[in-house]
Amino acid sequence: MFGNGRNGKNGKEGQNGVSNGAIIALTGIRKVYDTGAVKVEALRKVDLEIKRNEFVAIVGPSGSGKSTLMNIIGCLDTATEGSYRLRGEEVAGMSIDRLSDIRNRRIGFVFQNFNLLPQLTAFENVEMPLLFKGAPAKERRERVETLFEQVGLADRMQHRPVELSGGQMQRVAIARALACEPDIVLADEPTGNLDSAAGSDIIGKFEELWAKGHTLVLITHDGAIARRTRRIVHVQDGTVVDDAPAA
Amino acid sequence: MGWKNYLRQFLRDLKSQKLRAALTLFGLVWGTTAVTLLLAFGEGLQGRMMKNIRGLGENIVICWPAQTSKPWEGLPRNRKIIVKDDDITALRREIPGMTAISGEYSARNKKFKVGHKVIVPGLTGANPVFAAMRNLIPQQGGRYVDDLDMDERRRVVFLGDGLKQDLFGDTDAVGKYVNVNGMPFLVVGVMTAKSQDSSYQGRDKDRASIPATTFRAMYGQQEYGNFVFQVADADKVEIAKDKVIATLAKIHRFDPTDAEAVRMWDVTENEKFMHSFMLGFRIFLGVMGVLTLVVGGIGVSNIMNVVVEERTKEIGVKMALGARQRMVVTQFLFETLLLTVIGGTIGFLISWGICAAFPAKFDEFVGTPVISLQGGVVTTALLGLIGFLAGYFPARAAARLNPVEALRL
Repeated sequence: MFGNGRNGKNGKEGQNGVSNGAIIALTGIRKVYDTGAVKVEALRKVDLEIKRNEFVAIVGPSGSGKSTLMNIIGCLDTATEGSYRLRGEEVAGMSIDRLSDIRNRRIGFVFQNFNLLPQLTAFENVEMPLLFKGAPAKERRERVETLFEQVGLADRMQHRPVELSGGQMQRVAIARALACEPDIVLADEPTGNLDSAAGSDIIGKFEELWAKGHTLVLITHDGAIARRTRRIVHVQDGTVVDDAPAA
Repeated sequence: MGWKNYLRQFLRDLKSQKLRAALTLFGLVWGTTAVTLLLAFGEGLQGRMMKNIRGLGENIVICWPAQTSKPWEGLPRNRKIIVKDDDITALRREIPGMTAISGEYSARNKKFKVGHKVIVPGLTGANPVFAAMRNLIPQQGGRYVDDLDMDERRRVVFLGDGLKQDLFGDTDAVGKYVNVNGMPFLVVGVMTAKSQDSSYQGRDKDRASIPATTFRAMYGQQEYGNFVFQVADADKVEIAKDKVIATLAKIHRFDPTDAEAVRMWDVTENEKFMHSFMLGFRIFLGVMGVLTLVVGGIGVSNIMNVVVEERTKEIGVKMALGARQRMVVTQFLFETLLLTVIGGTIGFLISWGICAAFPAKFDEFVGTPVISLQGGVVTTALLGLIGFLAGYFPARAAARLNPVEALRL
């Protein structure tokens, strides 16, 4: 009745018609970095499922493999072994361009250091994924304006990143992550470069998104932040050691 | 992404990288200017040299009757061949391909006197056709020796422009008299200034001409120093030369294979040499030009490589957001191509400006540089190719970046 963590605790299983209702299904994922002389096994046999509208924190000490895990989930990197199904579609073995399209349409990224392009305005930064998608100008403009209203920065659209505070930059990054209506938003230490007030504000923003039905995965080493999610996955030594609902 | 977005991105990059963009552009502008100017000056120099060569006359052969070097029909060698007016008439009749022929008397001992100025110039006695053959073109308001002058053995003189300047200064000479060894000669024409780099008795600008008949009558000389003939088609010159020798050999009874009897200077041989020389010269210039452009292209390629390295992070972010490889590649190719085109255009315009502003007074020495359309098209095509190659390698480097690695920086 409470679920076992692995299956999550939202009541919307099976809603998207994909087997088991999982948006992300990792089975036996292994990642080996071959540096020539030494082979480093960053992930060994990771199994993980994330369902629609889950709010998951992946936690673990540095070097545990959580960043590698996030890169694989985000299709920035490919696993050495194992199967990764994104909404039922096998990602392993996809071409580089297919992976680009997947990142563009299915995944939204929020980075610790924001990764906004400094030469672009906030508006243009958010517009970028839509440009890559090939959306027409009018649609881009409307979509970007809606996104800025959502993150409460409608009056900052024409500012450059350097003219914004850290919290504002991260909200621009969130708007950018949502631009192409992704299946999942991946955030890598999104509060790491923010003071606690701004960090709390950003997590508040994520809670809001979750309430609206978005699926979110946060990578963090901050327990306080992890506790504000609904499910905490502990990674250590390249494998999942604990997976439980947040207290 | 449409080209408008690439263009917008390019302009933004230019703005954020002003110094580098300026240096890259400078290299390209420099390269293009160097190449186009090199070609333009080569073209101008060639024009000048051809003009110089033609200053003496086009498709003409100048012949000096000399001495036989072979015995012939019982006659000994070392006989002097003397060409008089009858011979010229015979040659004119015998050789159909010949468009003009004139004997030429020459003297260098006649005193020209105007007021207190005395000059002893080279003096020619010739037919009216001599002027057209040897490019002695009268200035406006004057003429060369004509048929009436010949028939009536008039005392008229045609002056080279330099000689006229020495005798009369800036004042008009036509209609005035020059004393030639005490006899008054009416000036009927002055030569239009021309360029001439070869001559056989001094430059035409410092010489004077009078009718051959007058020369004969006044100085009692029958024997021509030389004669000049012209052929319409440069390819027919050899045949005409052989016929001239054959005709004279028959009249004067010498061996037609005797190269010494009549010496000939065929100016078309100079032209042929000049043509091959200029061809070599242009190939040299072309190679220099291409090398210059290639060096420029390598410079651009280097800079773009640095740009790719510096913008690894940006490429990483774009790839994370779903930019396809082709977009990243296109962006860099587009930027290099656009830089090349802009640099090339500016360089071309600068060269054009330099050529347009080139002082006319240097024309005499190096000619006037000409920007040729052909050269422009070739330079543009080369620049395009080099721009493409210069952009290709950095673009490939950019596309090969692993997004994870790129982002980690």
